[in-house]
Amino acid sequence: MIAQARTLVRYRLLIQSLVGRELKARYRGSVLGFFWSFVNPLLQLLTYGLVFTVILPGRRQPEIEPYLLFFFCGILPWTWLQSSLTEAAGVLISGGNLIKKVLFPAEILPVVTVFANLAHFVFGLPVLLAVLLGYGRLRPSALLLPLPMAVQLVLTIGLALIVSALTVHFRDIQSILTHLVHLWFFASPVLYYYGTLQGKARAVLRLNPMTHLLVSYQQMLFHGSFDHWRGLAATAVVALLAFALGAWLFDRLRDTLAEEV
Amino acid sequence: MSAPAVVADGVSKVYRRFLHQHQFRTLKSALLTGSLITDLRPDETFTALDGVSFEVPAGTTFGVIGENGSGKSTLLKLLAGITKPTRGSLRVAGRISALIELGAGFHPEISGRENVAINGIMLGLSRREVDERFDEIVDFAELREFIDAPVKTYSSGMYMRLGFSVAIHVDPDVLLIDEVLAVGDEAFTRKCLDKIGEFRRRGKTIVLVTHSLGLVEKMCDEALWLRHGRRAGLGDPRRVVDAYLTYVAGGEEALLARDQAASPSPAAAEETKPEGYREGRWGSRDVEITRVLLVDDRGQERHVFASGESVVVRLDVEARADVEDFVFGVGIFTADGVSVYGTNTHIEDYVPRRASGRGEVSLELLDLRLVEGTYLLDVAVHRRDGTPYDYHRGLHSFRVKSRIKDVGVYRPPHRWSFAGGLELEKPAPRPELDLHEGK
Repeated sequence: MIAQARTLVRYRLLIQSLVGRELKARYRGSVLGFFWSFVNPLLQLLTYGLVFTVILPGRRQPEIEPYLLFFFCGILPWTWLQSSLTEAAGVLISGGNLIKKVLFPAEILPVVTVFANLAHFVFGLPVLLAVLLGYGRLRPSALLLPLPMAVQLVLTIGLALIVSALTVHFRDIQSILTHLVHLWFFASPVLYYYGTLQGKARAVLRLNPMTHLLVSYQQMLFHGSFDHWRGLAATAVVALLAFALGAWLFDRLRDTLAEEV
Repeated sequence: MSAPAVVADGVSKVYRRFLHQHQFRTLKSALLTGSLITDLRPDETFTALDGVSFEVPAGTTFGVIGENGSGKSTLLKLLAGITKPTRGSLRVAGRISALIELGAGFHPEISGRENVAINGIMLGLSRREVDERFDEIVDFAELREFIDAPVKTYSSGMYMRLGFSVAIHVDPDVLLIDEVLAVGDEAFTRKCLDKIGEFRRRGKTIVLVTHSLGLVEKMCDEALWLRHGRRAGLGDPRRVVDAYLTYVAGGEEALLARDQAASPSPAAAEETKPEGYREGRWGSRDVEITRVLLVDDRGQERHVFASGESVVVRLDVEARADVEDFVFGVGIFTADGVSVYGTNTHIEDYVPRRASGRGEVSLELLDLRLVEGTYLLDVAVHRRDGTPYDYHRGLHSFRVKSRIKDVGVYRPPHRWSFAGGLELEKPAPRPELDLHEGK
């Protein structure tokens, strides 16, 4: 795991340029170009705003009003995880040329997808912060944001490593993953409020590392005060374990990757 | 010369195959039977390289030859560090650049400029080094006016030029080249060869994997011949190439012999086909050619000959009825059907008297000076008016091997001489190609 982390540090320049390439390539040829990174979350916000105010209006718990803003605080980091995992599933197969023909540590590819999606998340943040400011809800607790982001980064890299390496051997994962992630979405407190959950549902969600990350984001941004330290710390441990597992599995399968993709 | 740039010590590479499970099983069954991890163990293995040892002294050019599937590319991948040896050790000193697939890392959507930067970093340059060498890279690739266009708009030639240019400007200590020079237009190929020559002069180490034996003889200081993943020869390129050629000739010998054995025997053909015409062989068979043999000057049957060797075409014939009008003929054609030479007993004024029972006809072709290639043989026995008894068209073939890659069909005995203000270095004497112990 240490070796894996060191590889990533050693290749940071390459990761950096590949992330840059990923971002450039995505918007190449579009009129708005880089602006899409800001426009995208904005449009997302407008869409859900329409859904929640016109199609699905109604009273929600007072803790999560204005609901649209609450939802936005959760969906932004969730999108980061979701896109990272679904893209990581295919990344070794589509990048097979690199693995087979260039001296190139394969783990860079899934890591690049995670970072590229982190970039999208970061581009969306100013939009979110501006809206928060508009509602007058921006508090100093927002400064703690790098903490859950760091934990989520480690967790996502770990999962992306697992998913990408296994997909090479079992292409089925690519199809199953979409649904698993969807299920995971509904088992995570993005649409609803964890704080007032009771009983079995709460017990189950407690075991979900994303629960604690989302609660952290929501507290720091939406509620303006953070006290979920224990949950976040426990998630950090889980994230490190996930990274270790991912690194181990990837290393084990590394030699077969160049032959299987 | 100096310290070795590459040291391979008993390097083996065993590929593991997972074919079986991919075809018949999926994640579902792996999960159901709980064998996810055990399934990731190989079902069968394939040894691509088997205990290969060699050293490449720094500053020399090292050629690797061998048939397809002999392990050349695996060796190159190991040298490049793309895969690891299963057993043994492999040490490469200094920065490596591998010309395995040119432009492998290019992204089609972004510009040539950005691709050069990323590809350079991928190959181990720092950002500053990329900036410093950028102009040189673009000029060498002759792509200055297109450098800001997305790579997807490039022609395949442009793509490869840029790929080659980046890879070569990484300025490696060890350059690995895999057959890439076979592609691209002639002018650029020459430019690449020049650049590689410049590399040699600057004392860099080159490992060249190629099918072009001429290139190996011309450029390499040492050559390694791989056969079925094992070292079959190592040392002076001429010697190794020679040994390899002899071996290949032996293989072709077996192949040609098999082809001919596979063509249906006359008896079988008569049972299944009506008498008379059939593709490649026709005639009344009153006189039949029952066997065609190519024999060398030592009386051994062969299908591969060195240019200039003597070849005897021997026909076993059997006359079913007594005939008094018969002509034996032999014709040689190139693979694309151009007649090289043809003659028969009638043209040469032999007068037939009588043919009955079994007989044998031999035509000795002295000093068959053909250039390298595959030749087809027509043999026939027919009446003087041309009515065929048994005509074999292109059913038999042989191959001519030569160290000299001259062109055409026929090689007259010849000698160059120069006078006046001309200075040419004499070619190194080439050992005669000896195919006698072909097998």
